[in-house]
Amino acid sequence: MTSVSLLGQILDHANRADPYPLYAELRRTPVVRDEFGPYLVSTYWEIHSLLHDPRVSSDVRHLAPEARTTVSTDDPDLPPSFIRLDPPDHDRLRRLIMRTYGPPHTPRRVYDLRGEISSIVSDLIDRFQGRDRIDLVEDFSYPFPVTVICRLLGVPHEDEQRFHGWADTVATAIEPPVGTPEERQAHREAVREARHQLAAYLSGLIDQRRRAPRDDMISGLATDRGADESPMSLPEMLSNLTLLLIAGHETTVNIISNGMLTLLRHLDALERLRADPDLIFPLVEELLRFEPPVQLLPERTTLDDIEIAGTTIPKGASLWLVPASGNRDPQRFPEPDRFRPDRPDNQHFGFGSGIHNCIGAPLARLEAQAALTELVRRLDNPRLVEDPPPYRRNAVLRGPRHLAIAYDGLKR
Amino acid sequence: MALDGSLERLRREGHIVVVGASLAGLRAAETLREEGFTGTLTLIGDEPYEPYDRPPLSKQVLLGRVPVDHTALPRRLAIDARWRLGVAATGLDMAAKRVALADGTSVEYDRLLIATGVRSRPWPNELEAGLDGVFTLRTRDDAARLVHRLRAGPRRVLVIGAGFTGSEIASVCRERELPVTVAERGPAPLVGALGGVIGEVAAELQHEHGVDLRCGVMVTGLEGDGAGRLRRAHFSDGDALEAEVAVVALGATRNTEWLAGSGLAAGPRGIACDAGCRAFDIRGIVADDVFVAGDVARSPHPLFGYQFLSLEHWGNAVAQAEVAAHNMISPGERRRPHLWTPYFWSAQFGVNIKSVGVPNMADQVIVSQGSLGEHRFTAAYGYQGRVIAAVTFDQAKWLEFYQRQIEQAAPFPPPFTAVDRRPEGMRPVPAGFPDPSVPTHGPEVTVSGHSPTDQRVTFTPA
Ligand SMILES: Cc1cc2nc3c(=O)[nH]c(=O)nc-3n(C[C@H](O)[C@H](O)[C@H](O)COP(=O)(O)OP(=O)(O)OC[C@H]3O[C@@H](n4cnc5c(N)ncnc54)[C@H](O)[C@@H]3O)c2cc1C
Ligand code: HEM
Repeated sequence: MTSVSLLGQILDHANRADPYPLYAELRRTPVVRDEFGPYLVSTYWEIHSLLHDPRVSSDVRHLAPEARTTVSTDDPDLPPSFIRLDPPDHDRLRRLIMRTYGPPHTPRRVYDLRGEISSIVSDLIDRFQGRDRIDLVEDFSYPFPVTVICRLLGVPHEDEQRFHGWADTVATAIEPPVGTPEERQAHREAVREARHQLAAYLSGLIDQRRRAPRDDMISGLATDRGADESPMSLPEMLSNLTLLLIAGHETTVNIISNGMLTLLRHLDALERLRADPDLIFPLVEELLRFEPPVQLLPERTTLDDIEIAGTTIPKGASLWLVPASGNRDPQRFPEPDRFRPDRPDNQHFGFGSGIHNCIGAPLARLEAQAALTELVRRLDNPRLVEDPPPYRRNAVLRGPRHLAIAYDGLKR
Repeated sequence: MALDGSLERLRREGHIVVVGASLAGLRAAETLREEGFTGTLTLIGDEPYEPYDRPPLSKQVLLGRVPVDHTALPRRLAIDARWRLGVAATGLDMAAKRVALADGTSVEYDRLLIATGVRSRPWPNELEAGLDGVFTLRTRDDAARLVHRLRAGPRRVLVIGAGFTGSEIASVCRERELPVTVAERGPAPLVGALGGVIGEVAAELQHEHGVDLRCGVMVTGLEGDGAGRLRRAHFSDGDALEAEVAVVALGATRNTEWLAGSGLAAGPRGIACDAGCRAFDIRGIVADDVFVAGDVARSPHPLFGYQFLSLEHWGNAVAQAEVAAHNMISPGERRRPHLWTPYFWSAQFGVNIKSVGVPNMADQVIVSQGSLGEHRFTAAYGYQGRVIAAVTFDQAKWLEFYQRQIEQAAPFPPPFTAVDRRPEGMRPVPAGFPDPSVPTHGPEVTVSGHSPTDQRVTFTPA
């Protein structure tokens, strides 16, 4: 259709700060085969229908090797994690995780983290004392979610520093490779090494908790004997605990960074939030629509021909859904390019939809609500130092690399 | 907006009367206000309570997790209505546009909405039905009485009829660790609504949860002790069972008796209305100012050959009420049809069951995803080569896809490759619905032909 590949432009780092005009162009053809090979789907209802379509697979093993475009973030030594699996394997692993994470078996897991989350937020902000400028990404967004995940899983305080180190390195596996071949090789080695250390550490912890369980997720998984199905094997646990860590890391970092960036660009909304803290609930939803941390869902596969929006996507094709574009589809959201903190009827794709929808959503919401409310309450006269800020390379998990914020003081 | 003068006046200062102050009645009233009706609104309901929600009655309420007075329906907005609660409508005079009430008064209307729903079909033997320990479950009061009795820990509960309500009650009993026997005249639980193939899975669920399930038998009598308390039940196979509590779950009867002689096409199958929710009179002509919504309505559905459908579904009551309300105060060209695709859910024995479309119209069924043996699956139902329904057990996230298949009249059996399609899902089998002229417990969807004035109905109890 277009002479320059739109996907190429979307992946081009030069367009990272504002990909939305590209998405608007993309939506002129809801389903289009990109020159790079994959089919791109950019309109709300088409994305919605494909996310609920049993002919669409998340298992890359269904994709011909030559059709693959990304590097897998999965560890070749471990079984795939459930985000990359189809039913019934996906469903079984997700159910087993849910048994130790959410209702009906463990309804209080996330709720009980409230207190911890708010004290982690306060501690991090207290460290801004005596300064008049921070890099929100380094000083807040980055350390925050890993600390929360540690508490959720049950990583002891004294191990947190080590855990942070591995988590940060493992999370970079998602970034597209950059640099000279030697640098890339070194990066891959570093990720592998961190994964192995993380896996060895988690195995030890699982073993400890199996013998002396506590009230945390690792104990839950380690001691679960399954209801009517086999419990997770050790390799499955390692693979899926690492998934929780990766899936809950960069995404949460970005919702907080994107959130402050958006509020500082819309000072009226920031003032409203100060005056009415309950606004945070719809506001976080609007952020997930307006600046979603997960912009693209790459590499789904069609198990059969699928007719959609006047196009037939053939069996075996690689499918890239663009939820960040669906979130701006005027057919679904009136005035889609306006940030409306109290937007009604906001069924965005921030957490995906269908069977792979985000398992971490209740936790991520709590984190984002707590962080943004406190940042806005405590920073006196916060201002952006640089707009747009520098962005990470990653086009899928999009967010600022740094976010310099100046302020006049810190409230208690 | 070019409204003619009389409609404009109706919207501004007319009188709209809603009979039946429950789910459909309340949602209609709210929609009327949302859409700008500023006249007088009267809600008449024979129950003494403000509108409450029924699905929890056989689930959370019976489990004791939610108190019965915490079931009030959430309000979308203030409706500023005159409430006439605790008083039944006893008659309708269409010529005079007047509803007669049980307290001897009457109310005149410009437009009338009938949303009187259904009630539980009682145990046919009145003496036996009156025994202490014999219950039905439709209302708040029913639930309060039953939950009180379950709390006391009866030695055995007998559930008569294994439709959705009966099965949910049995599930609650097992969760409360009460011994329970379920008697179903059909070959399996849920067979009237979901057919024999899926009914078999429902039977397995009951067995696995320790229900004493007896299919293919009828309860022939309930026996009391000297003090009028239920003591024993007798079955058609000659067996007898000691039980202190019996819940009669034999389906429902439409609340239409009050319309006898009114000239409306109202009978035991409900009140026939057109797709715009206007009631038919017995001549088959639609009334202009009488509308119907919810469980009491029968309306033609384009996806199912324009046959009249009666749906005892929560979602249908809401959707139909909204369409009825909209149409009551809109000019002809802006009226909307009620095209809702039937949708229903149930929770029992730890399984979340959902259904879309009209399974009991089907001749064949195929397990298109998952596996019956694992009790987690999606079953697609076919009628004359197209998909007309789907049912999921713990796989609700796929339901939307199948809803679209139904709406697009997609071919059956589904020709496509999908995730989790098992070898058992490659060939369709007969869906196994019992002969509709021999009802089991009263399926929640009744397909009743093309005639708006069809009054025939046959029912042989249990
Ligand atoms: C125990 C139980 C569990 C259920 N579970 C589910 C479920 O899981 N999923 C689902 O989809 N649906 C379920 N349903 C069905 C759902 O509750 C009904 O579809 C819904 O209540 C229909 O609403 P309605 O307003 O049309 O009728 P109703 O709720 O029956 O209301 C009719 C009202 O009108 C009153 N009335 C009757 N006659 C007169 C008269 N002459 N004058 C004045 N008032 C009158 C009645 O007393 C009643 O208050 C369940 C129902 C029950 C009873
Ligand atoms: C704001 C923060 C977050 C965002 C925006 C986000 C977004 C998403 C999205 C869009 C998906 C769907 C992926 C797909 O369809 O392939 C997803 C899946 C997932 N997320 Fe999140 N997520 C966030 C936080 C978290 C957290 C905190 C956790 C862990 C506790 C988590 C764990 C997961 C997991 C395990 C999956 C895979 C679910 C499955 O495949 O069934 N996420 N997330």
